[in-house]
Amino acid sequence: MPVMNIKKFSFTYPGVDHPSLRDINLPIEKNKITALIGPSGCGKSTLLRAMNRIHDLYPGNKYDGKIELLNEQTNQYSNILNIKKENEFIQLRQQVGMIFQKPTPFPMSIFDNVAYGLKIAGIKNKTELKDRVEIALKGSALWKEVHDRLNVSAMGLSGGQQQRLCIARAVAVKPEVLLFDEPTSALDPISTGAIEELLVELKKDVSIAIVTHNMQQASRISDYTAFMYLGDLVEYDKTENIFLNPAEKRTEDYITGRFG
Amino acid sequence: MRLLVNKIFLALSVLSALIGLTFLGWILITLFIKGLSSFHFSLFLNDLIEGGLRNLIIGQFILAGLASIIGIPLGMAAGIYLQEYGRGRYASLIRDLSDIMMSAPSIVIGAFVYAVVVIPTGGTSGFAGAISLAIMMLPVVINTTDNMLSLVPRELREAGISLGASKYRVIIDIIIKAAKVGIMTGILLAFARIIGETAPLLFTSETSNYFSLDLTESFPSLTVSIYDLANEPEESSRDLAWAASFILTALVLVINLAGRFITRNKH
Amino acid sequence: MEKIFQKLSLSSASLVFIILIGIFITLFNSSKLAIDEYGFDFITNPDWNKEVTIDTPLSDVTTEDIIIDEDDMIMDEDEVMFDEDNENTKTVFGGLVPIVGTLLSTLIALVFALPIAMGIAVFLAEIAPKNISNIVGIAIELLAAIPSIIFGMWGLYYFAPIVADIVGGYQVSLLTAGLVLGVMILPFMAAITRDSMNTTPSVLKESAYALGATKFEVIKDIIFPYSKVGIIGSIILALGRALGETMAVAFLIGSIFALPSAINDPTISIPVAMANNFGEASGLGESALFYLALILFVISFAVISVAKFYFLKKVK
Repeated sequence: MPVMNIKKFSFTYPGVDHPSLRDINLPIEKNKITALIGPSGCGKSTLLRAMNRIHDLYPGNKYDGKIELLNEQTNQYSNILNIKKENEFIQLRQQVGMIFQKPTPFPMSIFDNVAYGLKIAGIKNKTELKDRVEIALKGSALWKEVHDRLNVSAMGLSGGQQQRLCIARAVAVKPEVLLFDEPTSALDPISTGAIEELLVELKKDVSIAIVTHNMQQASRISDYTAFMYLGDLVEYDKTENIFLNPAEKRTEDYITGRFG
Repeated sequence: MRLLVNKIFLALSVLSALIGLTFLGWILITLFIKGLSSFHFSLFLNDLIEGGLRNLIIGQFILAGLASIIGIPLGMAAGIYLQEYGRGRYASLIRDLSDIMMSAPSIVIGAFVYAVVVIPTGGTSGFAGAISLAIMMLPVVINTTDNMLSLVPRELREAGISLGASKYRVIIDIIIKAAKVGIMTGILLAFARIIGETAPLLFTSETSNYFSLDLTESFPSLTVSIYDLANEPEESSRDLAWAASFILTALVLVINLAGRFITRNKH
Repeated sequence: MEKIFQKLSLSSASLVFIILIGIFITLFNSSKLAIDEYGFDFITNPDWNKEVTIDTPLSDVTTEDIIIDEDDMIMDEDEVMFDEDNENTKTVFGGLVPIVGTLLSTLIALVFALPIAMGIAVFLAEIAPKNISNIVGIAIELLAAIPSIIFGMWGLYYFAPIVADIVGGYQVSLLTAGLVLGVMILPFMAAITRDSMNTTPSVLKESAYALGATKFEVIKDIIFPYSKVGIIGSIILALGRALGETMAVAFLIGSIFALPSAINDPTISIPVAMANNFGEASGLGESALFYLALILFVISFAVISVAKFYFLKKVK
């Protein structure tokens, strides 16, 4: 079963009269990487940001349809669009994490950064915190570089390290889904490569949805790809099929670079 | 011809800058000379009743300090509201009103506090003076908090929320910390401004010749006393006013420069 | 917890609104006595604290108006007194002199400060290399940080004598007060003008230079028109601040309740009238001072609002 199921989902930004997303149907498969590709303005980031309801920081959005999240224990889906209460939002975000295009280290030490999500979840035990921070940092391939300076401010890390720190921070809370919004577009090629490797490792423990404008990246690391255009989901399939044998003409035009 | 006009204009502009600097220099040098000539360390040890300034300096700090205790938390909370919670017309209104209040006449604020605090409580008091200063400080702190918070990138807030933090935790743990330096500078500059104020204290806390920690009575103030001393006929009072002016200006400029220094260090 | 925090910050923000309304209501309330007594004539009456004989003969004064105390002295709330000729007199307060003094001193300050402030702004924004611009900029901001009472001290003992030497007349006068006021608003005007000028897009300036324009021409034809709105806003805002300035003016304006016959005559302004008299005033006199405060508050509020809303929308 997919860990998330998006059904006939439409989305309109506040104060705008036409929807930015129309009737999207998309599954996010468990322990797989699903890439969202498409030209600028096609709505891929908008769709990603709906999956953890971060749009609701800016009130006035209109939703239609469903976004269903699988509850691991009960094996039931619940529609996250129905969430209204503060504590339900918090719970959602602990299950569906997000990493942004620009690395966003908090103004605190490396340790405190990674531990932040745990502390607000109520974990106070120092040993447990230490262990989970170590696991998270190891899981983001950052432990070796920072294990001896965990109390140093995170602002001193390089861009690539900061982004891996943000990944560690998100991973520490053990979410089911991780959303990546163009995570490497602000990084150099070597850091990009490191993070791409990391993502492939991470999918063993989390399900991943990634927005990228870099088609080669999508074809390199993703298992499934969704091509979007002007607010519609044009085609969704296994990645090899999208890139080698697209069904839709628009998909093929985009892949072959006829429009960007 | 065009080049000549250009040269004249540029010269005039440089001249203006020099005039501005001249005024600054003139005032500072005057203070230095007149202030230093009347200066001796006993000024810090004696109260006004004995010809010293101790009670006045301490009193001014206490008034400004009390005003800060009131004004800083309220101002920051209001600034946080404007930037983080407020949306739409009410927040814009408050923001505009706060801006207007920043330039409002300080003596009118004194009159206001006179009417609502001094008259009902039956007399001048240090509390009334501190409240006047707090009212003056409020819009400045609001303005600086609002501005500094607006400089924090949107993604930082989103990153905090995405981890499941509630809004107020994101604000306190992350956003305020990120804007910390700018806000501190703003607060220091606000403090420097109110510690040099006279008009709001004139009829709210007045001043006192004696050392006092009693905020329910007239309270010693360096600035109000400078005004009183300057109006007295004796030469010695005038000299004391100069010494006090020197100390006051030194205080204000040092705090002001300290505030700028903090920001410089960050960059 | 989240809700508590939200409510607290909302309440703090609302304080601004409450205080401003509170100031207006309080001033209005406290000046009610004077407003009822004088109405709008207050604004045009030059007599302050003058005893004026009332035309009504004593016989027409009704008994309800008179309170007789033990000494058989007749008194009422209007401070009706008997003068030596046994006629009725009362003390009258009129605000014309301080209102005129406030407006004129501010005007002088503006005229004096404007060219210099513009010159400084141009220097900082366009002429000085970055390092010098920074240092001079800080110096100008330090000038702005100097407390008003210091300007009073320096103005009275050092600046005023020089002005009086040059122009003649009194050392404490409308002129000297206006000039020192000008020095005080100088940095503020210069800073905002400079910020306005800096909003001019570089491409615009570069296009003009590329056509061979001199710096003066670029400033005159491109930058000033572009930032005109912000510059006017800065002038009006400085005006608004100058209106309320108390201490420096108190040292220098002379504190005489008389309309100046020449620019170098002493007179008085609203803030100074308040500063000097609030301590001892009571009854109608005190109410008259509040009336002055109300007038000042309304004028300042109006001027600053105009500056903000019409002119300073672009500049931060």
